[in-house]
Amino acid sequence: MIHPHDSPIVRHLSRVLIPFLQLFAVYVVVHGQYSPGGGFVGGVVFGTSLILGLLAFGTGQGQGQGLAHTVAFRWEGVGLLLLAGVGTLCLIGGAEFLNYHALLLPGMEASARRWTGILLAQIGVGIDVAATAVAIFFSLSLFNERDDDHA
Amino acid sequence: MTLWVTIPLLLLIVVTALSAILMRDLIGAVFILGCYSFLLALLWAWFGAADVGFTEAVVGAGLSTVFFLLALFLTTPRETRTHHHQISWPGVIVLVTSGLLLLASMEDLPVLGDLLSPANARVSPDYLLRSIQETRTPSVVASIIMDYRSMDTIVETAVIFTAGIACRFLLRKD
Repeated sequence: MIHPHDSPIVRHLSRVLIPFLQLFAVYVVVHGQYSPGGGFVGGVVFGTSLILGLLAFGTGQGQGQGLAHTVAFRWEGVGLLLLAGVGTLCLIGGAEFLNYHALLLPGMEASARRWTGILLAQIGVGIDVAATAVAIFFSLSLFNERDDDHA
Repeated sequence: MTLWVTIPLLLLIVVTALSAILMRDLIGAVFILGCYSFLLALLWAWFGAADVGFTEAVVGAGLSTVFFLLALFLTTPRETRTHHHQISWPGVIVLVTSGLLLLASMEDLPVLGDLLSPANARVSPDYLLRSIQETRTPSVVASIIMDYRSMDTIVETAVIFTAGIACRFLLRKD
């Protein structure tokens, strides 16, 4: 379990800062086709905003304290599965794996299908990277706690 | 004009890299490494590689600093300080020789922005012409890494996934 930060300044600043960070992260992911950035960078920003939240407010006590940990590991798989699922939809559509040209979305031109494929892939990469950042953070900080318990 | 920006930037990068190596206190060294990454990001942004600069600033100066600090907190205070700075002469010889070899091979690299270099003459125009038409994506970097080279991207994502799983198994609680 991670304790909330003692300083009220840190908690109040985080409360103001985190929504803007997350909005910026989502903007970077979905706007990756028009500006620098994309799934990877946006995912890292989103992951660090979640880490900031965990450091400032902690994981809570009792039943829910292990929840964030488990959720982070689950979403790691969700991100990769979204990317692989887009690839498989292309296979079903009759082309190579991840060839968005044949993405199985009816009523779209080929270029629009590829645009959608890129967007979905960006979101998949972003989810995977953000979840991995939080998961590694949990692994490192919970390992620390085990040492405290034994000492 | 370019030299007035790049030379101070490069000097600062060398100074921060050296001080990160020579610093006794590892927690201080982590923060200096963050500064180094941020300066590197500025340099890349100056050369027009906005995507690389963005990634370096976010990952190098942001996320890896957090991970380094967490890893240092796992160790005892005694281990976060380095004591001996003995010079190992074989290491110095290897470093200087490989540095000279790299400098010698630098002459064969194309000049920055050379239109006749293989990458600029063959691959880049192809992507630049096809990206908007085929994928409606103005940011060609995004269309290359997410569409034309998406197989690389999915394997990279799998590597990140594996890193998260490996950390869990290495550092698990029970």
